[in-house]
Amino acid sequence: MASTSTRAPVGLSSVTRDGIGASPRRPDGTLKVTGEFAYSSDMWMEDMLWGATLRSPHPHAEILGIDVSGALRLPGVYAVLTHEDVPGEKRYGLEYRDQPVLAFGKVRYKGEPVAIVAADHPETARRALERIKVDYRVLEPVSDARRAALDPDCPLVHEEGSLPLHEEHNQRGNRVRYQPIRTGAFADGASVEEVRALADVVVTGEYEVGMQDQAFLGPESGLAVPAEDGGVDLYIATQWLHVDQRQIAPCLGLPADKVRLTLAGVGGAFGAREDLSMQIHACMLALHTGKPVKFVYNREESFFGHVHRHPATMRYEHGAKRDGTLVYATMEIVLDGGAYASATPAVVGVASSLGIGPYEVPHVSVDAYGVYTTNPPCGAMRGFGAVQACFGYESQMDRLAAELGMDPVDLRIKNAVSQGSRIITGQEIDMPMPMAEMLRRAREMPLPPDRSSLPAPSDPRTLPGGVANTSHGEGIVRGIGYGVGLKNLCFSEGFDDYSTARVRLEVVGGEPAVTVHTAAAEVGQGLVTVKGQIARTELGVERVTILPSDTRVGSAGSSSASRQSYMTGGAVKTACEAVRERVFALVRERGLVEDGHPDALLSLSGGKVVSAAEGVLISLADLLGGEAIEETREYHHRPTQMLDPSRGQGSSHTQFGMCVHRAVVDVDVELGLVKVVALDAVQDVGKVMHPQQLAGQIQGASAQGLGLALMEEIQVHDGVIRNPSFTDYLIPTILDTPPMRIDVLEHPDPHAPYGLRGAGEPPTLSSTPAIVAAVRNATGRPLTHAPVRPEDIVGIDPPQG
Amino acid sequence: MESDIILRVNGREWPLRVDTRTTLLDALRERLGVTSPKKGCDHGQCGACTVLLDGRRINGCLVLAVACDGSEVVTAEGLGTDGELHPVQQAFVDHDGFQCGYCTPGQVCSAVGMLEEVAAGWPSAAGRPVADTPVLDDAEIRERMSGNLCRCGAYANIVTAVRAAKEVSR
Ligand code: FES
Ligand code: FES
Repeated sequence: MASTSTRAPVGLSSVTRDGIGASPRRPDGTLKVTGEFAYSSDMWMEDMLWGATLRSPHPHAEILGIDVSGALRLPGVYAVLTHEDVPGEKRYGLEYRDQPVLAFGKVRYKGEPVAIVAADHPETARRALERIKVDYRVLEPVSDARRAALDPDCPLVHEEGSLPLHEEHNQRGNRVRYQPIRTGAFADGASVEEVRALADVVVTGEYEVGMQDQAFLGPESGLAVPAEDGGVDLYIATQWLHVDQRQIAPCLGLPADKVRLTLAGVGGAFGAREDLSMQIHACMLALHTGKPVKFVYNREESFFGHVHRHPATMRYEHGAKRDGTLVYATMEIVLDGGAYASATPAVVGVASSLGIGPYEVPHVSVDAYGVYTTNPPCGAMRGFGAVQACFGYESQMDRLAAELGMDPVDLRIKNAVSQGSRIITGQEIDMPMPMAEMLRRAREMPLPPDRSSLPAPSDPRTLPGGVANTSHGEGIVRGIGYGVGLKNLCFSEGFDDYSTARVRLEVVGGEPAVTVHTAAAEVGQGLVTVKGQIARTELGVERVTILPSDTRVGSAGSSSASRQSYMTGGAVKTACEAVRERVFALVRERGLVEDGHPDALLSLSGGKVVSAAEGVLISLADLLGGEAIEETREYHHRPTQMLDPSRGQGSSHTQFGMCVHRAVVDVDVELGLVKVVALDAVQDVGKVMHPQQLAGQIQGASAQGLGLALMEEIQVHDGVIRNPSFTDYLIPTILDTPPMRIDVLEHPDPHAPYGLRGAGEPPTLSSTPAIVAAVRNATGRPLTHAPVRPEDIVGIDPPQG
Repeated sequence: MESDIILRVNGREWPLRVDTRTTLLDALRERLGVTSPKKGCDHGQCGACTVLLDGRRINGCLVLAVACDGSEVVTAEGLGTDGELHPVQQAFVDHDGFQCGYCTPGQVCSAVGMLEEVAAGWPSAAGRPVADTPVLDDAEIRERMSGNLCRCGAYANIVTAVRAAKEVSR
C-alpha cells in the first residue's frame, strides 16, 4: 500500500497529521471499546413506553377483522393501533409506495406487521399482543418465484390496479421489473441457435443463490419522542436519515420538518437498514400517547423485521472458440423480491447490467426478472444483485475452462475487460480496470503450506469442522479456486444521490478548529474517521470535530453502494475547498499577499497559511481571530442513465470496482465439512484513504461472502422462515474466517474525489465463487447452489420435507 | 416471584429487587442502566453480552440475576482504571479490532477473561488437557474467542489485538 508523502513547506516544522492516507484512530473508538457508545437499543427516557408489533402468522391471508379490545383492557397498555389509526398515507416504500404501514385487506408475508402496542413494560406489551384477535382467511401462498415471473396464470400477490405502474420496468402480473439486455447479433434479433453456431464449445449451467440475511449484530431499535410543536423526534439506527424522513412524514400526515431524525448508534447495517422497520410505528405510538416510545426487536423478530438478499435462480449458456475467446453468453435470472418491492427494481438493474461479469463478450442476451411472491421481502444487501450474478458467471467461467482444458485464470485473463472496454449495456469502463494484472497477482501470491507439512495434522484446530470433526483427517482434500467480481459503486440509473456537508473553521482556545456536519450514517465503515481526515488534509487543521448526523443538514444519501467515501467524502472536500477560498480571500484582504496572487500558490498546513514562495504567511489563529468561516456544499456525481426497457442499453453506473479472490480450502469429503485455509484478495481502490480501515472492509466483506459460500441461508418453505435464530442460521465465527493476504492497488479514477473507489462491496462478490470453486476443485462435484451444503459435497440427496 | 439481591457492578453496590426470571443482562441494562453489555440474541449464541462474573467470562443473557446475588460483575465500561483503557481495550482501538462496535464490549470482556484462563493454565476445547502452559498462538486465540460473533468480520484485527494485549500483559 502506498502512503502519501508530503514535503513540509519552508518554515513549517511539521505538516498536518492524520490526513488522508494515514490510519488515525476512529473518533468513536474509545466509546465503542468501553461500551458507552449509545446504540439505538441503549436509548432511554424516563416514563418511556415500550412498543411491540403483532405480526401475521400466515404468508398469505385475507384479514376479515381485527379486535383489539382485549389488549386495551390489559393494565399498563397505553395504545393499540391498527391500519385504521395510520394518520396519513397508508403505504410507504423505498422505490414504490406499496408496503402497508400496518396490513389492511391482506397480509402478504409471514411476519408482516398487523397491529402495534405501547405499554409500560416490554412484557406487558408482549402479553397485549396475545390478546389481539385477528380473523384471517388463509390463501394459497405464492412461493415459486420462477412461476411468478413466467406463468401468466400464477395468482397475483398485489391486486390488479393496486400498484403504481412504472412503464420503464416492464411491469406485468407479479413482475416488479423485467429487464432484458441484447447486444451483438441478439440485438439484431438473432436466435440462440443461430448464435450458438458461431462457437466451438458451449457450456450451460443452472445455479441458485439462497436467501442471505444481513444479520447485523444490533437488532432494529429506535426511540420516538413527541414534541411540543406536534411533531416528533426520532432517534434511529438507519442508513439514510433523509429517505426515512421522506417515507415517515406522509404516513404521519406531517410536513417533513416536523419529523426530525437523529442517527443513533448503528450496530451494523449491510443493506438491512435501508428500508423502514419500526420507524413509523414508534412515531405513531409516540404521537398517539404523548409519551416517548422505544422499540427493540429481538433476534427472531429481526429475521422478519428487515429485507434479505434476494434468492436467485439463474440459467446461463456460454459459447467460446477453441482458444477460449468468448463468443456469446445468455443469462436468465429470477430474483425473488417477496411481498413488497423494496429495492427490487434497482437490484434487477444491477444484476442484469453486470450479469455476464467483467468479460468481453460480443453477443449477449440477458433476461432479468424481479418478482413479487408471498415470501419474506428482499431488498438491499452488500453486493446488491451483483453477488448473485457473480456466483453464476464465475461458476460458468470455471465450467468453460474445464470444458476447454484451460487454466481457469488464463481463461479469465484472455477475456478480461480493461479500461476502455464496454460492458453489455454499452457503457464504457472509463477508469483503470487492470483485471488481468490483478488475476496474475492473485495467482502469484504464496500458497499456505500443505497439510502434510503441518506439525500436527490431526490437531482438531486444523480440521474442517474443528473440534466437531470426528475423524483424524483421513478424508481431507485440498482445493484452490478463483473469483472475480465487478461492482457498480454509488447509485445508478439516473438517480442523483448527492451528499451535503457543512464545514466550519474557527479559533477555539487559541487553536484553529474545524467542525464537520453531515447527515451521513456511520454504520461501522469508518466514515467518521475519513471525514476528519479529509478536513485535516484540505484545511491543514488537526483539531476536527464530527457533529452527530441528523436532518438539520441536507441529505447525505445512503450508506449503501460503497458510496459514502466518494459522495460524502466529496461533499466534505468541496465544502472545505470553499472554506479555504474564503481564508485565502481574507489573506488578500489583509494585504498579506499581493493582489492577484494565485490561490494555487497558497496552501493551509499545520494550522498556518503557507505561500509556495514565501513560506508561512500567518497562522490561522491570528488570521481569523474571532471570526468563523462556514460553508455548506452539495456534491453530485456525474449523471447516469436509465437502461432502456427493451435492449438494456445506457450508461447506468457511476463507477466500477473490482476484487479478485483466491481461496484455498480443505474439504472433508466424507463428512461434507469445509475449512477455508486462505482467502487472499487483490483489489483496486483508486486511492487508499485509511489503510487500516480499508483492510477491515475487505476482510469483513470477504467473510460475508464466505458465509454465503458455505453456511448462510434463510430456509423458507411455503413462505415460512424455518431458521430465525443464530443457532439455526449460522454466520462465520472467528474460527471460520481464515487469515487473508490483501494486495491493494491504487489506480486513480479521474472522476472521483482523490481518485478513490468505493471499497466495501466488491470483495463480497468474488469471495463466494472463489470458495465454491475451491470446493469443486477438491471434490469434483458440480456445486450449483450457494451455500454449499454438506450433502452436496458428500453427494447424497437432501432430506425431504 | 421476586427476590432481593445485591449486585456489585463495576465496583459499585446495587441492592435490587428482581423478578426471579430476570437475566443478569436485563437487570444490568434495564434496571441499572448499565448498557455496555449488548443484546445480540438473548439466547447465548452471539457473545455480545459477555461480562466478567467473579472474574470469569459469561453470557449475561444466560445467567439469572438472582444467581448473581453478592457477586462481582465487571462489564466493558468497568475494565479500565483511573480513566485509562484496559490494555485489551487499547489494543482493540490501536489495531482496529471492530467496525460497528456492537460486538466489541463483549469481545473485550471475553478476551480479558480468556487471557486469565490461559494464565491459569486452562486448556481450550481443542487443546491438550495435559499441557502445563497453553501456547496462545493465533490458532489458539481463534479457538478461545470463537464464542463471540462479529458480523462486521473484524476477526483478523481482533486476533492481532488480542495477541498485542497478551504481549503487554506479560
Ligand atoms: S445476547 Fe447473550 S449471547 Fe447473544
Ligand atoms: S464490530 Fe460490528 S459486529 Fe463486531
